[in-house]
Amino acid sequence: MTKILIRGAKLLGGEPQDVLIDGETIAAVGTGLSAEGAQVIEADGKILLPGLVDLHTHLREPGREDSETVLTGTRAAASGGFTAVFAMANTFPVADTAGVVEQVWRLGKESGYCDVQPIGAVTVGLEGKQLSELGAMHESAAGVTVFSDDGKCVDDAVIMRRALEYVKAFGGVVAQHAQEPRLTEGAQMNEGVVSAELGLGGWPAVAEESIIARDVLLAEHVGSRVHICHLSTAGSVEIVRWAKSRGIDVTAEVTPHHLLLTDDLVRSYNPVYKVNPPLRTERDVLALREALADGTIDIVATDHAPHPHEDKDCEWAAAAMGMVGLETALSVVQHTMVETGLLDWAGVADRMSATPARIGSLSGHGRPIAPGEPANLTLVDSAYRGVVDPAGFASRSRNTPYEGRELPGRVTHTFLRGRATVVDGKLA
Amino acid sequence: MKRHLISAADLTRDDAVLILDTAEEMARVADRPIKKLPTLRGRTVVNLFFEDSTRTRISFEAAAKRLSADVINFSAKGSSVSKGESLKDTALTLEAMGADAVVIRHHASGAPYRLANSGWIDGAVVNAGDGTHEHPTQALLDAFTMRRRLVGRDAGIGRDLSGRRITIVGDVLHSRVARSNVHLLTTLGAEVTLVAPPTLVPVGVETWPCEVSYDLDTVLPKSDAVMMLRVQRERMNAAFFPTEREYARRYGLDGDRMAKMPEHAIVMHPGPMNRGMEITAEVADSDRCTAVEQVANGVSTRMAVLYLLLGGSEPAVTTTNARTEENK
Repeated sequence: MTKILIRGAKLLGGEPQDVLIDGETIAAVGTGLSAEGAQVIEADGKILLPGLVDLHTHLREPGREDSETVLTGTRAAASGGFTAVFAMANTFPVADTAGVVEQVWRLGKESGYCDVQPIGAVTVGLEGKQLSELGAMHESAAGVTVFSDDGKCVDDAVIMRRALEYVKAFGGVVAQHAQEPRLTEGAQMNEGVVSAELGLGGWPAVAEESIIARDVLLAEHVGSRVHICHLSTAGSVEIVRWAKSRGIDVTAEVTPHHLLLTDDLVRSYNPVYKVNPPLRTERDVLALREALADGTIDIVATDHAPHPHEDKDCEWAAAAMGMVGLETALSVVQHTMVETGLLDWAGVADRMSATPARIGSLSGHGRPIAPGEPANLTLVDSAYRGVVDPAGFASRSRNTPYEGRELPGRVTHTFLRGRATVVDGKLA
Repeated sequence: MKRHLISAADLTRDDAVLILDTAEEMARVADRPIKKLPTLRGRTVVNLFFEDSTRTRISFEAAAKRLSADVINFSAKGSSVSKGESLKDTALTLEAMGADAVVIRHHASGAPYRLANSGWIDGAVVNAGDGTHEHPTQALLDAFTMRRRLVGRDAGIGRDLSGRRITIVGDVLHSRVARSNVHLLTTLGAEVTLVAPPTLVPVGVETWPCEVSYDLDTVLPKSDAVMMLRVQRERMNAAFFPTEREYARRYGLDGDRMAKMPEHAIVMHPGPMNRGMEITAEVADSDRCTAVEQVANGVSTRMAVLYLLLGGSEPAVTTTNARTEENK
């Protein structure tokens, strides 16, 4: 069995300690641990976190292997410090059967870079009309517990109610992409001052908020839990806060880009800033940060959405929506949450590892850094400062909104059950 | 002036006045027996139209030809433009053919901006209307028409529209003409009021440098020019207003309403008009309506824009006086 000693790492940002990995598990945590027979990694004051977990990733395989594959996507995930990702269901064909989710699950196993937990579609073909065989997907080898039509909203209130009720039988959760379809017909960007100026179709905040309001009430009524994908407005925060205070079992995620970027960037008409939900205003950004800090928003999820170059190298209206995010997520969170004093590293571990694993019922991830726990770990050089260069991405796609931007922090090592997937910032 | 004309907001007051003054010089050429200047001989202007607009295209075509430029009309409509790269590939093709200026009309807001700023081409880009964003040459020809009518053809030279009250009525939400006019007229010192049903005013309009009213009748007596925007009948189906008749009753300009305007005030329309919808035939055919004049002014204004973007510093028009002096 391989032994690895990580020496002098700040566990969750605390005092430097040593962590001994033996095989797939953490053998010991303490100071002055013996390095005998172990490969030593001098952490030198770097931050040690539990391996990050992303509840919202688009791996694009099957169907759009030109933008990403399970292999390239998991390599990007490992580079970003992730040891597990949840793969969204909007592939071609849609992951709405046991067959497709098992295929994605198997490709994840073969990749070896991080665990891939498929998400199943709530409705057949993401059409919002007929429930997929949710039970079959749950009972498949993939063991699906999270269901989402992400990219599309389950807008029919009855279908949403039934889905919320049905998955209770096996402890599942529905993750809603909150977007009222009629209010967002032809929508191109956040509706407000900037859309008025640019003449781009407006995407009102109320289109998101009205669905969230409806769904937390539905969840309350049927006694189910509901998860809200990529919450993006200050008003959505208010509704989730209200729901939680009422005891409704709701969880919510925010993307790194919604913690940092605003719709002012759209003035460039550069489609790299085109994303669903759209970039909002400074006021929304600040509300989202605050909500992530106080726990109203439970987790950060990347909504990593790779697209080939030609789908972004065009006029705004013709461009695809979405941004890659796996390889910059932690840096953006450090920049927006840690360096602003809103969240400490223990908080980051909670929002990016422990809680997403809990929401997704993923055992073996998001665990404490303690003896006997699986050695899923991420070592972060928080003192690092660097300019984002997409040419160095492991992802097959380059549609990052951060190109040329200086961001702090760098993942130097990632361990998946004791095996290094990233060493000295490079994929192993 | 900047190298491209993408938005009316790109123009300073001095830029705009220079264009209007130059357009007056160009207009004089139209009065000559030979309506042609050698200024842009050997230069190539491409009219790249991804959207049908015969009126705007022939206006630019006439403008470029009167300046002796070579004109290529490229109608991309009907070809496969759903994929974005066709804008890029089309641009690269035009670049390879040596276009000095590209006049672009596109259904997507921001397409001219992308064309000018993506490094696809070197030539000057003139926005001939993009989606629901802007139509700066329309605003310039509107301002030109207003200055002539409200300040005077000769008296207007070198002057702006300070203190003039301009009312723009109709589908502001979807109007590139309104956006460009708000920018340009404000830059020129005019006071702009938008009048529309609340459904056709964009959310976010509160930051625009203008007033907004839902009541046409109270605004008319305080207007020096009233610009009626075309309202597409299809908007009714998206519930922007209940019926055509209700729209015409509340926001249409008829003879009775026109009578409420000050004596000197003019009625403008960028065309094509929906007679009976936003404007009645009585108003459209009256002396106060400048719709046809605007078309003529469009050629002079576009000549001025092309000349200033491409021609550089040499005088556009050799005046009769100058020629006399040369002969001495």
